[in-house]
Amino acid sequence: MKATILSILGAVVAMTMAVSASAGTLDDVRKRGHLQCGVNTGLPGFAAPDDKGVWRGFDIDYCRAVAAAVFGDASKLKFTHLTGKTRFTALRSREIDLLSRNTTWTFSRDVDLQLTFVGVNYYDGQGFMIPKKLGVNSAKKLDGASICIQTGTTTELNLSDFFRTNGMKYQPVPIETNAEARTNYLAERCDVYTTDASGLAATRAALDKPGDHVVLPEIVSKEPLGPLVRHGDDQWADIARWTLNAMVAAEEMGITSKNAKAMAKGTKNPEINRLLGKEKLQGREALGLSADWALNVISQVGNYGEVFEANLGPKTALGLQRGNNAQWKNGGLLYAPPFR
Amino acid sequence: MTEAGTNSGAYAPGQHPDLPPPKGSAGAAGWMRGNLFSSPFNTAVTILAAILLYELITSIAGWFVLDAVIDAGSKADCRQAGSGACWAVIKIRINQFTFGFYPADERWRPILAFVLMFAALAPLLFDKTPFRRQMIWFAVAYPFIAGWLIYGGFGLVIVDTQSYGGFMLTLIIGITGIAASLPIGILLALGRQSRLFSIRIICVSLIEFLRGVPLITLLFVASTMLNYFMPPGTSFNLLVRVLIMVTIFASAYIAEVVRGGLQAIPRGQYEAADAMGFTYWKTTRLITLPQALKISIPGIVNTFIALYKDTTLVVIIGLLDPLGIGRAVLADAKWNGLSTETYLFVALFFFFSCFAMSRYSLYLEKRLHTGH
Repeated sequence: MKATILSILGAVVAMTMAVSASAGTLDDVRKRGHLQCGVNTGLPGFAAPDDKGVWRGFDIDYCRAVAAAVFGDASKLKFTHLTGKTRFTALRSREIDLLSRNTTWTFSRDVDLQLTFVGVNYYDGQGFMIPKKLGVNSAKKLDGASICIQTGTTTELNLSDFFRTNGMKYQPVPIETNAEARTNYLAERCDVYTTDASGLAATRAALDKPGDHVVLPEIVSKEPLGPLVRHGDDQWADIARWTLNAMVAAEEMGITSKNAKAMAKGTKNPEINRLLGKEKLQGREALGLSADWALNVISQVGNYGEVFEANLGPKTALGLQRGNNAQWKNGGLLYAPPFR
Repeated sequence: MTEAGTNSGAYAPGQHPDLPPPKGSAGAAGWMRGNLFSSPFNTAVTILAAILLYELITSIAGWFVLDAVIDAGSKADCRQAGSGACWAVIKIRINQFTFGFYPADERWRPILAFVLMFAALAPLLFDKTPFRRQMIWFAVAYPFIAGWLIYGGFGLVIVDTQSYGGFMLTLIIGITGIAASLPIGILLALGRQSRLFSIRIICVSLIEFLRGVPLITLLFVASTMLNYFMPPGTSFNLLVRVLIMVTIFASAYIAEVVRGGLQAIPRGQYEAADAMGFTYWKTTRLITLPQALKISIPGIVNTFIALYKDTTLVVIIGLLDPLGIGRAVLADAKWNGLSTETYLFVALFFFFSCFAMSRYSLYLEKRLHTGH
């Protein structure tokens, strides 16, 4: 037992000093043989382990898509689980290659923290949930309420902005996780629970009597959630950005995981042919990916719509509608730049 | 009285055998009459308490056992099958709670390491272990064997530390911290009392610094800051960083507990050792330290239990200890909302491990009691 410390030191040398030349993130990832993706420690619909211990969710699927684009194999992937407080340092200190952890794109995170958001994969907004019996029907009537709020998130700042704008006071009840919030909320230690509307939907759906609780109509913030990478490696940022764009564009063009292989043989639509590698996509070599990268993404992971339906959509426990996350042609905000 | 009267002649004065106490004043009935029903007020209180206990026990047992559901595929199934606890979530996820995301095919390795741990601990904890002398060598080698079994290499598949989780992670952090902090803590305590100025200053400042900083701060330093000090491109395993931080944190506390023990030893003991011509190390090894450690046992075990429970703080830096696993399990839409069951299960695990530690400390105190 006394020698445990020695064994640790021995093990340290053997198992931890992974020194890698930092040529570019893509080279590092290829050399390592897997993508290291930073994800949530558990958020319904976005990242959670199933009964067999396999992590699934909307954010997880994006990690799989990038792995498929780089390696042609969505399973060459390892996860680092990060909390709201450790996520950015993990990315900046090169512990992870990519952060896909329901992170809101804000000015200061993009500019001051020197991170690059590669797009938005979920348009969320902050809402309020409150027990029906309190008889409140608008967030503007919440003066003096005690509010459960996750620390270290943008929701905390939005909440203080909203109450300041409306000249109201509130009592914050700081909590760490969604599960903790739920327990506190049910025990009536706080009157109101506030977080992103997707999170509220998940929490409400899991209550024993969802009908006793209402989500107030006000959405008090814009929460564009998206994956991000470090500043300074534009090639890697491009890979991450165009993987997301490929998934969105594939839905628009009607390419699904089922028909992708058939469509890759050639269609009348030249843009589909360029995306799936049948025709030349100018500049793809500079991205450092193989001709069938997008085909791998779509056939192994699926297009944006498929991923949404599988993890968040009306058929899942969360039961979220597409809303802002519909294609631009259907009144949503998803708009992938052309593959040309 | 008549009976006693007739017998009185058969015994010499003072030789009459003791008669049984009057009926109803001894045994269970007597105890109850004396303690529970001695006055109308006490009787009322007793009956009230009995009713309350009955209600409490039946409702708790109902929730825990009678109405509980063990086999179900999701929370919704559970709620249909019974109104009590939904232990199905624990049953289905027991492997995740135990091993985290350690690959299923390799799980025999941590299990073997766990079993071998008892073989390694036995000669250290109990002095009647057969072949104790040989077994101690095994105990010295054990940490290397366990590290090799769990991590891999040299013929075994390497299992990345990021997949460690659950009770396995708690045991790795807790046991490493406990085993490594004791020797380091003793050295720090001796260093603090050293006559050499530089050693004393180093030990005092280290102890005071570590005791003045919360563990969670050190964990944040381990998880976020250390990587900035390393050369770019170097990645230093998070679990190892955490192990080092937990160990040095616990060492500072052990050092103070052992210092208390050292100071409780009468001055005469040191003087007697000096008079016998003992060197410093001989005095320490044979006279002062054994007595000091004996006095400090409750304090040391107290520190160990605190450290063991503090390992749950790693959840804040994203390691999946049992609480982290619980959080992840509850994030699965199928089980979302079963936090009572999940956290109770984790609490029971911690209770039983800490209880075992404190019982061992009591055993050790009794055995080493030399009565002065």
